[in-house]
Amino acid sequence: MTYNDWTPDQPLVSIRDVHKSFGDLEVLKGVSMDVKQGEVVCIIGPSGSGKSTLIRCINALNSIDSGSIKVEGLEVNDPALNKLELRKTVGMVFQQYNLFPHKTALENIMMAPIKVLKQPLEQVEKLSRSLLERVNLVGKEDAYPGELSGGQQQRVAIARSLAMNPDVILFDEVTAALDPETVNDVLVAIKDLAKDGMTCILVTHEMGFAREVADHIYFTDRGVIVEHGPPATFFKEAKDPRTQEFLSQIL
Amino acid sequence: MKPGRKAMNRYHGDTDLAVLKPFKFSPAGSVQDLLFSRWLADFSPRSLLIIGLLFCLWPGFAMAQSNYSFAQAMDALWRWLPFIVTKGFALNLLVSFFTMLVGTIAGVLLGLGQISPLRPLARLSWFITQLFRNSPWLVLLFIVMLAMPFEIQIGDTIYPIPDWLKAVFGLSLPIMANISEIVRGAIVSVPTGQWEASESLAYSRHQTLWLVILPQCFKRMIPPWMNWYAILTMATPLISLLGVEDIVTLSRQAMEAEDNHPELLVPFFGFTLIIFFAYCYPIARYTISLEKRFVVNQ
Repeated sequence: MTYNDWTPDQPLVSIRDVHKSFGDLEVLKGVSMDVKQGEVVCIIGPSGSGKSTLIRCINALNSIDSGSIKVEGLEVNDPALNKLELRKTVGMVFQQYNLFPHKTALENIMMAPIKVLKQPLEQVEKLSRSLLERVNLVGKEDAYPGELSGGQQQRVAIARSLAMNPDVILFDEVTAALDPETVNDVLVAIKDLAKDGMTCILVTHEMGFAREVADHIYFTDRGVIVEHGPPATFFKEAKDPRTQEFLSQIL
Repeated sequence: MKPGRKAMNRYHGDTDLAVLKPFKFSPAGSVQDLLFSRWLADFSPRSLLIIGLLFCLWPGFAMAQSNYSFAQAMDALWRWLPFIVTKGFALNLLVSFFTMLVGTIAGVLLGLGQISPLRPLARLSWFITQLFRNSPWLVLLFIVMLAMPFEIQIGDTIYPIPDWLKAVFGLSLPIMANISEIVRGAIVSVPTGQWEASESLAYSRHQTLWLVILPQCFKRMIPPWMNWYAILTMATPLISLLGVEDIVTLSRQAMEAEDNHPELLVPFFGFTLIIFFAYCYPIARYTISLEKRFVVNQ
């Protein structure tokens, strides 16, 4: 049993000097950041800068080579860590939605709370229906993922993650694979979460969204955090030439 | 193309001498066409009728000069037919059912072993799979038939092991190995995103496999599984070489009882061919139609 003196006023996710290589390619070269409870953090940067790898390390989908990642005081890099317990705390939504194609929307949401958390069926079904309502998908309960649009699938994926009642949700470029007209529905769903105080860490290319919703923005390039700050200052007073170049290309 | 190759081609273009052009392999069809079921199912129902007719007519011409007439041979076949089918062919089917049952259970376990996170288990399962996938079936049959005891003693009771049961175990080995590959291939073909999504929802590996991955694999395993069943059924006459009283053994016994007239060969073995064809052809057609349906659905 790890000794844990974490209290809610400390950072929920604390990343310290994380290094990660795939073979000879070092994708994270000493990254540090803190995410407080209820905070919405956006990580932006050019592709291949290590953004996705970083958030995949937070729920131990990828391991790290050195440094430390703590979620609610628990060391993610600890080999003795129960990864399943960690993942009950940390939800994740993927670029490709990754819904289970052989289950309906409602079943996709209900499966994990029933099988993993062992919650009673009626309670889970009630919760799942209300979550579908929350992401504006009433009437799609019995639809299979193949019958839903990308944006609808992604909202089911968000509801599926919420059903586990996590303390923080990781969003890995969740709008990158969507048709432009469905992007907004997904962003609205995430905004709604953020408003309700869910801690969110997003890797995103949606600058308008980041500016509006984020409490803090990190800009990464080639495995390091080049610059960070609240959106008001970040977008107006970017100092580093790399940040300026990136923003000028995207905005 | 490498720069060296380009330069060489230009050189060849300039010369008047006979030049050996580089050999290019361009296969005409797709690998799928090599599937046994596909080959079998490619026969149109009309061609079957023609083949059948030729079968009936040809011995008529060949045996015209003999004093043992074709009609007599057909008559003999007719008399033996119920015996050959109910005792012989039924045994072939029995062996094919049990072999498929044993082979499938063992193959699924071996296939799951191949994708196990325990490296030694995965390596061992891989090795067993490759070993039995690449061995001649007849040799495997001989080894099992000769190595297995003819009876086993449990407590005070002695249980004899009939030859057909030994044959089942012998044929199960290659079936097991091929099913193992089907299972492994189907699991590997599920996108990694499905594993990651399950993991991030705190599913254990066991739950991920049984709740998420395998249900998606099931459909794509059925057509190749049926393909192997057809191949197996056609291979069951191998057991006649080991003295098991299957359709071929009984046909030979019947012919001996009819004084071994050479004229009996074509009707008797022709009948064996036809009955196997009649059994396997619908399976092959059905396999292809399932394959098509699953492709459309995915």
